[in-house]
Amino acid sequence: MLAIDVVSTVFLALGAFFMITGTIGLIKFPDFYTRLHATGKCDTLGQILVIIGCMIYEGFTLITIKLLMVSAFYLLVGPAGTHALMKAAYVTGLPVWKKGDKRM
Amino acid sequence: MILPFLVVGIIIASTILVCSYRAIRGPGTFNRIVAANVIGTKAIVLLILAGYIIERPQFIDIALMYAAIAFIGTIIVAKYVERGELCSR
Repeated sequence: MLAIDVVSTVFLALGAFFMITGTIGLIKFPDFYTRLHATGKCDTLGQILVIIGCMIYEGFTLITIKLLMVSAFYLLVGPAGTHALMKAAYVTGLPVWKKGDKRM
Repeated sequence: MILPFLVVGIIIASTILVCSYRAIRGPGTFNRIVAANVIGTKAIVLLILAGYIIERPQFIDIALMYAAIAFIGTIIVAKYVERGELCSR
């Protein structure tokens, strides 16, 4: 097995780990804001790690440039979408969870 | 070497199934929106991995288009829920 295969497999596994972590946060956290905190970080990081694994496996071709474009685009717009959702919820007056409340 | 892509693709597809619990059940509009946002992100990754699994990496163009459309959908839904209208005059 080549070294490139091993390295790209490690990156793919790291990306899958962060995806699973974000999903657990989405299910288990008690509030909308904390759920957004979990998914906004873990999904961006997981997607970019998986794409880096694919780029290492691919080598230097046109496909790599396209993968880099997808990754850079999502790095730009993912936090923007998260921020827009968070601001919309806060302006609308969604209640914030405090310690001791029941889950919402 | 398509086995790692296949395994990671199956893991991400099962996390999409788990996220759809929050999209169906989750109380209120905002929890459903964030679940749909997360499912869109995972679908982009799943498209890229599917391109490698069936050895046809032209799927990446579809993934790029899907990323743009998912972002525009999220922004429009957030604006609509916040203001109650889409264009103010």
